Amino acid sequence: MSKHLQKPPGVPLREEDFEAQRVLSVMYRPKMRYSWATGVAIGRFLKGLRAGKIIGTQCAHCRRIVVPPRVFCEWCFRPVNDWVDLPDTGIINTFSVSYISTDTTKLKTPIIPAVIEIDGTTHAGFLHVIGEAKPETLKIGTRVKAVWAESTKRRGSITDIRYFKPAEWKP
Amino acid sequence: MQGSKTEASLLRSVAIVGVGITELKSSTPQVSYKELIFEAAQKAYEDAGLNPRKDIESFVCSSEDFLEGTSIFDEYVPDQLGAVLKPVCTISADGMYSLAAAYMQILTGLFDVVAVEAHSKASDIVNLSTVYDMALDPVYTRPLGLNASFVAGLEMSKFLHSRGAGTNHCRMVVAKNRKNALSNSLAMYGGIVEAKGESQNPVLSYPLTEYDVAPVADGAAVVVLASEDAAEHLRDDPVWVKGLGWASDSPTLETRDWLDATYVRLASKQAYQSAKLRNPAKDIQIAEIDDTYSYKELQHLEALGLIGDAKAHTLLEQGAFERDGVLPVNPSGGSIGMGHTLEMSGLVRVVELVLQLRGEADRHQIKGVETGIAQCWRGIPTTSGAVVILSNR
Ligand SMILES: [Zn+2]
Repeated sequence: MSKHLQKPPGVPLREEDFEAQRVLSVMYRPKMRYSWATGVAIGRFLKGLRAGKIIGTQCAHCRRIVVPPRVFCEWCFRPVNDWVDLPDTGIINTFSVSYISTDTTKLKTPIIPAVIEIDGTTHAGFLHVIGEAKPETLKIGTRVKAVWAESTKRRGSITDIRYFKPAEWKP
Repeated sequence: MQGSKTEASLLRSVAIVGVGITELKSSTPQVSYKELIFEAAQKAYEDAGLNPRKDIESFVCSSEDFLEGTSIFDEYVPDQLGAVLKPVCTISADGMYSLAAAYMQILTGLFDVVAVEAHSKASDIVNLSTVYDMALDPVYTRPLGLNASFVAGLEMSKFLHSRGAGTNHCRMVVAKNRKNALSNSLAMYGGIVEAKGESQNPVLSYPLTEYDVAPVADGAAVVVLASEDAAEHLRDDPVWVKGLGWASDSPTLETRDWLDATYVRLASKQAYQSAKLRNPAKDIQIAEIDDTYSYKELQHLEALGLIGDAKAHTLLEQGAFERDGVLPVNPSGGSIGMGHTLEMSGLVRVVELVLQLRGEADRHQIKGVETGIAQCWRGIPTTSGAVVILSNR
C-alpha cells in the first residue's frame, strides 16, 4: 500500500450481498454434454474391466507393454494390435494424500491417488486410488492388488476396480 | 515495415510435402478421436515419405476446449501424432491458423519440417449449439435467450437485401456443393437437390433455414510442411505456400460491418501481397472457401476480390463457379457437401487444394490448375478468417 493510500478504494463485498442481489450480476450455468466414443483401445479396456480383467497392449517393435491399452505406440509411431491380459497386481510408482474434494471443500477422510505399475508393464502406469491402508504405512514401491466391485455391479468403468490395497509380496 | 515484410518472404520458400485425411463421416463411434487422428497422421507421413519420430521437428495442432470437452487439450495431442518428446503447441483456432504458425516456424529458420493437425469429433458433442451460445457475450447477449444461429440470420438478411439476391441463390449454392460432393469419395453429404422453388425447410433464424447450414461431420487431417531444401529432397511435386494472411473484423455484434466479410478482404490482401500476385483474379484458377452457411460462400467470394465489382449471385446464376466455370468454387463440395468439421474445416480446404494442384483430386479434379486459394472462417459469432495461396509452380 502506498503512503498516499491508507485503505484500498471501493466497497468490500460479502457473500450476503451477492445472495441478496445487492450486487448487479449475471448468472450463467453451462449445459455442455458429451458422449465420447471410446474407440477400439478404451472400449476393449473397459469391456475387460467389466469382466474383471486388466487388458493391455504390446508394441511389436519396441516390445513395451502399456495399460490402459492403445492401438498405436507413441514411441515408435506404429500400429499396435497385440492384446495381453495382465495381472491385477503391481507396485506404487508414486502416490499422494488428497485432503481436498472436487468442490474444494476439505475432506475428513483423505483420498489416496496413486500411479500403479501393473506387473509386466514397462514405463506405463495405471492411475487409481488406494484403499484399506493408512497413508503413513504407504511407500513408493509398496505392492498393491486390485479390489474389484461385485461382478453384477461392474459396468465397464474405471470404477469397476474399487481401489488397490496393499498386498503381500509374491515374486 | 513493408520492406522488412518483403525481405522476410525472400528468406526461404515453404512447401506442403504431405497430406493425410480421413473420410468425413456423420459419426465415428468405432474410433476415439486419438485413433481418428492417428489414421490421418499415418496417411500424411506416408504421403511425405517421413518418419515422424526422426524427421518431423515440430507439431502445431488446432483445438477448442469446449468442442473437446477437455480443458487444456494441448496435453492430449502428442501421442497419436508421433510428437512425444518434441516441440508441440495447440492453437485455439481453425487449422488454417495452425498452418500459418507452422509456416512461420519454417520461414524463420527455426525448423525445416513441421506437421499441422486438426480434427473434428462433432459426434461426441451432444449439444453442439451450446458451444456457440457460450461464445456470445455473457452480459449483453446471452440473457436475451437467443440460439446463436440468429447471428447468421442477421448477416444473411443484410447481405441478401443489399445485393438484391434471394434465398433461391443460397439454395443454388447448396445444390452446387452437394452435387460436387458426389464425386468426392471423402465427402459425407453428396446429393442431387432441387435448387429452384420455395424453401420447405425449417427456418432457424429468418432467412436462414436448416438447408443453408453445412451439416457437421467427424474427421481428422494432417498436413506436413517443409523448407525449400527439405521439400526438394522429399518429392518432385511439392505444393508451394505462396502467401497467407489472417484478420479479424470487430468482434462485437454491435459494431461489426454485417454486410461485407471484412476479415476476408483484409486477410486476402495480406496473402496477395506476400504471394506478390498483381492480378489475383487472373492468377487464381480454383477456390476452396468457407461455406459454413450457403450465403457465406457468396459473401466470402466477393470479399476475396476475385470477381471484381460483380455480384457473386449473378455470376452464380451464370454457372461461373461450377467445376467447368470460370472460377471453380468448392469443387470438393465444400463444407456443405463434405460436412463441416469444426476447427478442421480450413485444413480440409487446404488438403483439397493440394490434391487439385497435384492432379490427384480423384473424380472432381479440375484440369490444369496451377494456383489456387483456400479460405476459412471461424464460424459464428466470429469475424475471423484466414487465406492461403498455394501453387504447384
Ligand atoms: Zn513401440
